[in-house]
Order: sequence, then structure tokens, then C-alpha cells
Amino acid sequence: MTDTHIAAAEGSLPIVIVGHVDHGKSTLIGRLLIDTGALPEGKLESVKAMARRRRMPFEWSFVMDAFQAERDQGITIDTTRIAFQSEQRRYVIIDAPGHKEFLKNMITGAASAEAALLVVDAEEGVQEQTRRHAYLLNLLGVDQVAVIVNKMDLIGHDQDRFRDIEQQIRTYLTEIGIAPSAVIPISARHGDMIAQRAQALDWFDGPTVLEALDGFEPRNATKAQQLRLPIQDVYKFDHRRLFAGRIESGRLTVGDTLTFAPDGKTGQVASIESWNTPAPQISAVAGQSVAITLRDDVFIERGALAHHQGTAPRTSNRLYVRLFWLGADALSVGETLRLKIGTNSREVQVQRIDRVIDVESLQGLESDQVPRNGVAEVELASRDPIAFDEYDKHPKTGRGVLIKDYDIVAGCIVLPGALGQNHASSATKNIFLTPNRVDGAVRAEKNGHRGGVIWLTGLSGAGKTTLAMALEAILFDQGYQVVVLDGDNLRHGLNGDLGFSAAERTENIRRTAEVARLFQDAGTIAIVSLISPTRDDRDKARDIVGPSFHEVHVHADLSVCEGRDPKGLYAKARSGALPNFTGVDAPYEAPTKPELHIDTGGETVDQSLQRLLTFVENNFSKSRTARRGAA
Amino acid sequence: MGTLTDPLDLLESESIYILREAYGRIAPLGMLWSLGKDSNVMVWLARKAFLGHVPFPVIHVDTGKKFPEMYAFRERYAKEWGLDLLTGECPPVDEMDPSLPPAARSAARKTAGLKTLIESYGFAGVIAGIRRDEEAVRAKERVFSPRGGDSRWNLRDQPPEFWDQFKTDFAPGTHIRVHPLLHWTEVDIWRYIRRENIPIVDLYYAKNGMRYRSLGDQDITHPVPSDAATIDDVIAELETTRTAERTGRAMDHEAEDVFERLRSSGYM
Repeated sequence: MTDTHIAAAEGSLPIVIVGHVDHGKSTLIGRLLIDTGALPEGKLESVKAMARRRRMPFEWSFVMDAFQAERDQGITIDTTRIAFQSEQRRYVIIDAPGHKEFLKNMITGAASAEAALLVVDAEEGVQEQTRRHAYLLNLLGVDQVAVIVNKMDLIGHDQDRFRDIEQQIRTYLTEIGIAPSAVIPISARHGDMIAQRAQALDWFDGPTVLEALDGFEPRNATKAQQLRLPIQDVYKFDHRRLFAGRIESGRLTVGDTLTFAPDGKTGQVASIESWNTPAPQISAVAGQSVAITLRDDVFIERGALAHHQGTAPRTSNRLYVRLFWLGADALSVGETLRLKIGTNSREVQVQRIDRVIDVESLQGLESDQVPRNGVAEVELASRDPIAFDEYDKHPKTGRGVLIKDYDIVAGCIVLPGALGQNHASSATKNIFLTPNRVDGAVRAEKNGHRGGVIWLTGLSGAGKTTLAMALEAILFDQGYQVVVLDGDNLRHGLNGDLGFSAAERTENIRRTAEVARLFQDAGTIAIVSLISPTRDDRDKARDIVGPSFHEVHVHADLSVCEGRDPKGLYAKARSGALPNFTGVDAPYEAPTKPELHIDTGGETVDQSLQRLLTFVENNFSKSRTARRGAA
Repeated sequence: MGTLTDPLDLLESESIYILREAYGRIAPLGMLWSLGKDSNVMVWLARKAFLGHVPFPVIHVDTGKKFPEMYAFRERYAKEWGLDLLTGECPPVDEMDPSLPPAARSAARKTAGLKTLIESYGFAGVIAGIRRDEEAVRAKERVFSPRGGDSRWNLRDQPPEFWDQFKTDFAPGTHIRVHPLLHWTEVDIWRYIRRENIPIVDLYYAKNGMRYRSLGDQDITHPVPSDAATIDDVIAELETTRTAERTGRAMDHEAEDVFERLRSSGYM
């Protein structure tokens, strides 16, 4: 292998430089280019000559400002890309504009970066766009960040002031889930701490900017292992029908049986076609654009999401997403947009704006509108089921864009609390969700509290029904809209056709969750009292209900419950007359992270009730809901 | 569990993805074929994307002033690669904006020729082989770049583009430029030409100490000093050079905003 092959094999690391307007991003870049010898010959001279002609003092940032308009206004309008290299590797810098008006350009630039430098002015400290950019970096999935505190010369290279700013930014970044690799004091104008250390900053023993850059890792293409192949197009140039698309995660091998979500059609891979490759391909990996043929004659269109059996994506017509809104007009409940995830595009309606996130304070605020450049958590509903993943598990198939008329107006990531049932069947395919004209916000306003679900899970005899009935009575007296859905009671009617096999228990829980959701949508607090022994079933219930699902573990030791045995069921189970009884011959999986844990073995009924009442007050009462912070 | 890691494989895969998006979303569609190294790579990538086919016309806007080697190349490979070749002529230079400097004015003929061709065939979009690293103004481009009715590029208000979600919905009458090589660099192009053995005009190789790094019209393109006589030499040269690729293009150096003016009005 020759040297050039080694160089080619390395690729270059795209980095983005973000921060508040005028905090010195372009100057930093100009200086990086000079100090690493990256500028084409004559470029610096021609820019200096230009400045002289225009009778402007030379600024390092002119090097980057190729547009006349930018020079006139002194603002970077769009992203610019330029390459340089350290002794370690090649880089492509994406210079993203700091001005608020150009947020969509900042996003366009930052989304393609694998690491970021966040520039903060030492004099001005952390500003609105510093926080907004940091928040968006996190949302865009850029998690390698170093903070650059620029213009140290203007504060006399003061170590204490630097430490204050460092503390300020570290606190904010920690809250949003970014751990900066370094916070570096620099003076870009003088080239201090960019490629070389500086006398004036000799108290700082951390890395230079270039050293911090060399410390970043190329982002692994994907952590997800499961196959996801969104079908991009179907071709028939000759007798073969070719299904084209790019593998977003996992691996595909000839002979694999693929399932195509959301319809659930299946087909076996006959071949992976290619042109001008040395040998026929038998398998393909994440990142590859492929064209496959199938053994079977299956009708599949653009938008289908191919996966292996047993590792299906979610399929639902409700999604819960965190979005950043770029539209010129505010986003409102009831608005119809198109959601594009991978290659699939579907009309969706905004069912609910759960909260608008103030990126300065990180507070979640109730609002029925998302302003331009705002971040919010929103529930979307579509007529047809959509196949998608949760962003945390499969980033590439767990994020998308929203389109209004002809324009991309938002980016969004799918949150784990996504709503709706997983349908393997297409039974509900043609049933469109018509939004109610009286929505949750209006009901909450009138009732003085939100609708929601309190899901009491625990062993038989732990005290679920006792607590549910007592809580209902007290809340009703206090003016709450409240109802108890008791497992035993529901089995007399709605669930009367179901027994106690695992499958029937699952269906019992699904129906109960759907009913609870209807009550919630009607503005009521539904208190569900149901053993619901498996985590899986309770997670499905949470998916159906959405973010206002509150799991409460009503706990007492098996011996305590068996001692109470109010209905004589444990005795029957022990005698063998009642098979599949939870705790006796069927397992109970305790919640790992319930919203509330109540130990009825260790506290009185009144104590338990008091805790439940406080819980309701904190989570549902209108006067308190605005307090909820960011996730 | 593997993922694609070779940089050329990644570049190729991204370009194939873009070409397939363009073919699926825009009709009628054409591809500009300038006969230069980048556009040969682009035609090659189309054959990769569509399994040996180029399922749309390739367009050569003929200024009538290309090098003879380039015309010979066009005739040979249009046939060999099975291309549906469209050629269009350019209006004379005296019809161009007289406020432009001379070489830029000459280059503007190509824009005018392209506009005529787009109108007569009714192309909704054309694919062009520009790269971000070529020139500062091109660095600001989008992969899917909408133009107004008169092919104008509004660089002050470009659509957002992230996570490979391109703007593929357009109001009637919008013309789209698609740029599948935007993310490539000059040396990437050469490494890919070497790996895939893609034919190119031999004007790119040094003769008598000079070679062309970029090919335009004969009268406004100049060779640069170089001893790079083979593809390996060229790659080695590019890995160390600090001279800009378009150094030999006269119009880029006439005034600092000339390239921006040309592109705003529809130049590639």
C-alpha cells in the first residue's frame, strides 16, 4: 500500500463552528487556516488587497467571507466549508452563521458535522444563541463538543473571569446532556492557543484548539445493529425488478427473508445487484446504497422499511416527537403537514403540543403554538400507519423532517413516549383520526387539571383497588374529573371474553389502556387498577396512553398479600384451582422506574393516599403543570 | 457487524443516493456533461446508481470553443456508454451582459446556452457536477437547489437541508439544480477515477511541464506548471499543492464578486 492509499483511507472529519453572532467564529477559522498552512497561495494577499481597496481594516474573518453581502453586513449568511489538516488528520470546517435569522442555515451546516466548537465571547459570556446552538447540536446528534472562550485579550487574560464563563457554560451543557471535551481560553485575533500556546495564557494547562480537534473521534456510522433498509425506488430497466435504497443500519445478505413495514409483506433476497464491481455481492452493510432483487413477486413501493423478522421497527399512526420549528409562521394544533422519515412521506396532523421548550431556562411551557425557531414536544397523528424507530435506538430511522406546502419547516426526532399501538396487521389502516375541536388544552383550562392515567400495578392483595377507590372519592370531592378502571370490574363487560393466558392478559391490558386513553382525552384522570404483571405489557400501555401515563407500583411482599387474601384467591391458587395466578405460578415483574412507589406493607392506607394526592397535585393540577422542566 | 468505512465507498454511496432521489422526484431530468473529469465521474456514478444505465439525457452545452480532444472524447464515450446525448449551442458573446469583465462575459455564453436548452426541452431539473471545495461561492450550495423561473439562484434564502432530507417538493415552474458531487474534493475525484479506471481527456496530464487542472473554453482556460504525467503523479501533486484548482480559469480572477454574479444568474 502506498502513502496515498493511507491518506485516502483516512477521510476527513467534518467539524462545525457555532456560537452567538460576533463572538468570533470566522476569525477563529481564518486563524486556523493560516496557522495550519491551509490557504491557497495568494488568498491571504488577495483578501488583504480587497480590504485596502475598500478602505477597511483587515479582519481575519474576511478570509472566510466570500460573499459581497457578507462583507457589507459583517454577518455569515450561509454555511461555508473549507478544508485544512493537522499533523493528525484532515478536517472540513463548516462555518455556521450565528445570527438568529439564519438558523436554518446553521442547522444545515451543523447536521453534517461529527464534532463541534462552540465559541463564546469572553467579554459577553454565554448568550441566547450560544444556548440555542448548543441545544440544537444535541438535538442534531452532534455530541462531541469543545468550548472556545474567545477574545481573552479583551479581558486581560483574566483567569477568574474565564473560570466563571467555564462554569456557566458547563452547567448549561450538562443540563442538556453534552459533556464538553474541553473549555479553552483563546484569542483568535492574535492566534493564541489555536495552534500554539501563549505566554499570556500560560496558567491554562488544557489543550490548544488544534489538540482538542485531534482528540475528537470519527463518529461511528451507526450503533444500531438491526437491519433498516428504507426503499428509495423500484426500477425495471430490464426483466429484473430492482428495489433500491441505502442500508441505514445492520447488514443484508443474499437469502435473507425481509419484512417490509408497515404492511408486513415479506420477500427473500435473491441477489444484490451492482455495476462495475469486481465480484458478485453476497452481503451489504450500513451506509451502502444497494439494489436488490427478491425471489418472490411482492408489490413494494418507495417508503417501505425493510427489516429482519423479530427486529421490527415500531408501526403506528401516532408519534411523539421533539421538533425544531423553522417555519415562518408559528405551528398550531390541528395543522396538517407531511412527515418524512427515511424515504417515507405521510400526511400528519398536529394533535397536541405537549410543551414548548425555552432553550434559555430549559423550562417546558404550555402553549398551543410553537414559534419560529422554537423547540417543542408534539404529538402527530396520521391516517396511515407509519414505520419508524425511536431516535435513541436507531437514529437514522428515528428522525425526520416536516414539510409544509413545498418547504421543509421542521426537523424532529422520535421520542420513546411515542404513542399508539404496534399493529402488525393493517386493520386500522384506513381509519383516520379526526381531531376533536375541543382539545386537551381547552378541557384542562375548564377542568383546572389535565387528563391523564395513573396506572396502579402490583400483586393481588397489595391494595390497588382499595387505594384507587379511596383516591377517586377524594379527588371527586375536590372537583377533579376522575374515574377508576378496575381490572376485575372490566372483566365483567368489555373484557368478559378474555381468560388469563399470557396473550389474553396482554389483550386485557391493551383494551384497558385504550379506554384509559379515551378518558384522558376527555380530560379525565383515569385511575387504572390492574395487576399487569409484565413490563412489556405495561410499556405497551405507556405507548398507547403517551406522556401522561404515570406508573405507580403498589407494593407489598407476597407473604403480606397472601396473608391479606381479601378475595380468597391465593388459597385457590395454592390448591391448584386457579392456574396462572400471579405470584404463585405466574411471574410478577416489578417496575424498574415507576413514577411513584408505594409500600402498603410499610405504611398506612392514609399515608399511601396522602402520597398519591400530592402526586396528583404535582402532575395534573393546572397551577402546577407549568413547572415541569425539560426532559 | 460492518459499516461502510472506506471514504471513496462512502462518497460513492452518498452520490448514488442523491442521483436516485433526483431520478425519483424530478421529471423531466437531465445531466450536464461538460466532458471534464468531474462530469465523467458523475456519469459513471449514474451508471452505478442505475445498474449500467443512464436513464435520462446527458446535456453538453457547446460553446464551440472546447479543445479538439474534448470533442473526440464526447463522440467516443457517448456511443460507448450508451448515452442519450443532447447538445445545445451558445449565443455570441456580444449578446452577453456588457458590464461583466471579458472572460466572465465569455463564460456567460454557456449560461445563456443552457437556459435555452432547458427551455426547449422543458427540463424540470438538471444534475450538475459542482463541488464545494472548488470555489467559495459553490461552497454555499445545497444538494437540491431550487432556482426561480429565470434560473436565478437566491443565495440569501436557501432551503434547509439536513440528515439527507433534501427539498424535493417544488411549486410549479421551479427549476432545480441537483449536485451529487457537492461533498467530493478534487483529490477524491482523482482517487475515484484511479480506482474505477474512468476514462478522461489526457489534457489533464502534463506535457512539457504544463497541465490543465480544470477544463473550460480554450480561450479562457490556461494550463498550470506541473510535471504530473500520470494519475499517481496528479494525486501526489494534489496532496501537497496550495494552488487553487481554478487558478487557470481566467474569469475567476477578474473581480472579486464575478463568480457570485455568474452563479446568481444561473452559471454552474
